[in-house]
Amino acid sequence: MSEGLATHPAAVDARGWGWRHASRLRPAVQGVDLRVEPGERVLLVGPSGAGKSTLLHAMAGVHGGDDEGEAFGELLVDGIEPARARGRAGLVLQDPDSQVILARVGDDVAFGCENLGVPRDEIWRRVHVALDDVGLDVPLDHPSSALSGGQKQRLALAGALAMRPGLLLLDEPTANLDPAGVREVRAAVERVLDRHGSTLVVVEHRVDIWADLVDRVVVLGHDGRLIADGAPRLVLARERDALLDAGVWVPGAPLGAGTARATDGTAPDPMIAARGLAIGRSVKGVVQRGLELELLRGTSTVVTGPNGAGKSTLALTLGGLLRPIEGRVEASASLSAGLRGEPIAWRSRDLLTRIGTVFQEPEHQFVTSTVRAELEVAPRALRLGDRETAERVDELLARLRLERIARANPFTLSGGEKRRLSVAAVLAARPSVLILDEPTFGQDRTTWLELTTLLRTLVDDGLTLLSVTHDAAYIGALGDDRIHLEHSTERAFA
Amino acid sequence: MTATIGIQDAPPLRLIDRVNPVTKLAAAMLVTTPLLFTVDWVSAATALVIEVLLFTVAGVRLGMLVRRAWPILLAAPIAGISMLLYGRPSGEEYWSFWLARITDGSIELAIAVTIRVLAIGLPAVLLFLRVDPTELADGLAQVWRLPSRFVLGALAGARLVGLFIEDWHAMALSRRARGIGDTGALRRFATMAFALLVLAIRRGSKLATAMEARGFGSDRTRTWARESTVGGSDWVLIAIALAVAAAALGAAVWAGTFHPVWA
Repeated sequence: MSEGLATHPAAVDARGWGWRHASRLRPAVQGVDLRVEPGERVLLVGPSGAGKSTLLHAMAGVHGGDDEGEAFGELLVDGIEPARARGRAGLVLQDPDSQVILARVGDDVAFGCENLGVPRDEIWRRVHVALDDVGLDVPLDHPSSALSGGQKQRLALAGALAMRPGLLLLDEPTANLDPAGVREVRAAVERVLDRHGSTLVVVEHRVDIWADLVDRVVVLGHDGRLIADGAPRLVLARERDALLDAGVWVPGAPLGAGTARATDGTAPDPMIAARGLAIGRSVKGVVQRGLELELLRGTSTVVTGPNGAGKSTLALTLGGLLRPIEGRVEASASLSAGLRGEPIAWRSRDLLTRIGTVFQEPEHQFVTSTVRAELEVAPRALRLGDRETAERVDELLARLRLERIARANPFTLSGGEKRRLSVAAVLAARPSVLILDEPTFGQDRTTWLELTTLLRTLVDDGLTLLSVTHDAAYIGALGDDRIHLEHSTERAFA
Repeated sequence: MTATIGIQDAPPLRLIDRVNPVTKLAAAMLVTTPLLFTVDWVSAATALVIEVLLFTVAGVRLGMLVRRAWPILLAAPIAGISMLLYGRPSGEEYWSFWLARITDGSIELAIAVTIRVLAIGLPAVLLFLRVDPTELADGLAQVWRLPSRFVLGALAGARLVGLFIEDWHAMALSRRARGIGDTGALRRFATMAFALLVLAIRRGSKLATAMEARGFGSDRTRTWARESTVGGSDWVLIAIALAVAAAALGAAVWAGTFHPVWA
């Protein structure tokens, strides 16, 4: 192990490379010819399912053996097969929670070095340098579970850096982060590249985050073939339509999902009101107290604020799913329509037509084995007839482009399809109030546009909407009314 | 996370804190295994008295004992009462109701079982008060030479349990939101269990990818950032554990109450 010596940046060579997953008939990626020069910074974009991650994972050598799939052609890092060059490439994945390996920050960063057989003294030297590189200023024994999303991603980056990789591979590292987390990770990557000059390949559909950091953009098409390659400005201009078509967030492209309208001066007509509300997952974990707010009829309200301020908890409480710790959630007479008490006291079936809630993680709300059956859950719970059920389901399948996958298992869908299904399944009950938790998180541009346009239309037709969001463009389209939550000072540490 | 919190607010203990977690594991096994082979009250009482004495010397206080070992303190009399009522009857009968009979024999059995649960449970709980999972894994792999792939895989996987609990809570709320929260609890449980399984496999494979990308599972010989060693203190604890076991069995044989379970 060469102490203190900066590792030299790695080169990547792909010749006619392709990969077919063991369970699929068609290759996820095929015929890729790509040479990445040492020290180059490459942004890899393309539609979801184009095999960007597959290519990235192959460069990291984590595809495993023949039982996982079949490789074609040749893919080399510094002239060696990636799986034999462990430590030459460092990989950071999308989900912050699934890549924390050990309980303490220092141990987690050291993990890669241990596996590479680095001597103990050298390991701890590298751990300090790596944590400094990513700007993670916490003690070595700090619990990794207590980090924010942005910090966890920087921890993963530090763990990769400690191996002294010549090639840094980032697989949508900011897709699950709030804007503050995105900035943290972006800054950390920039500092790392400036200090070490490593080669970079980053997969991301939000191009604007990386556009001025990379010096090359590579575009994969729907069939997993390379369709464009060149300087960022050139590729983004020349391939604009193809990229927009592929759901890539091309900077500066207008969205046209409508704009939020100011709540007009007419007498406010609250559908749901919070009075002296204290919220929390438990009595000990109160995150906000004394909340006074109203969701106005036919208005779209957005809840913003930093992670941990209790936005999701507020959404679940207003949705009649979590019990208020103190105070009341009052439903208007037209919403309760004869029911007594607060929403938390209503039966599940009564809640269905009144307040619909879409969860942040679509998989948390799937209860059947086909897309179609998933849409039938609410009509069946409402005991609608077969004809009415079929009508509602068919309409939603068409409106949210789910017809082609009507018989697929919800758990096997892509991220965009899962999100569309989770919204459609709640709309099937035709609730008067709709509550969405981070509806556009990690979505490509196409899904984003469809969803935002649909929601704007529904609100203009009279739906009352509440969305928890960090997304500035979404707020631009749907922020008729805004609720901003800050960390409460007496907040118990969750 | 709960494990970490538990470690922090447990007060320091003499000797026990200085030994390797695997030594605590060995000591707990040495003390308790012989007690599983005999059902008399003398061996259990001897072991319990010595244990209480030793833990007091080590710094265990009553308040802490109650806070940490309450499941054992609760389980012991419950086990005893069931023996009192339903243990094999012999000797004079004092009270009976349907199947329950309190006799000389069942009283003796009840006392023996209560003491035995305490004598086995207390050292297991108290020795592991301040065991950190990472340090235990280090010990298992470096001192006991268990395969590092297995030990570290289990350690990293155990961390996912907290995420699964959050998944479960969210899924329970979503069932209510979807209009199927009123009836059919069994079916609802089944859909949640299935979804949790899917999520668990998915998270597990992501974690495996992250670990592999950091060189886990390669052929290279692994080094260890944290050295796990055993020293004099460890041997002292093992010697004490052996002495307690020997004293317990010796006392039973001497008193003539030794009664192995296989006899």
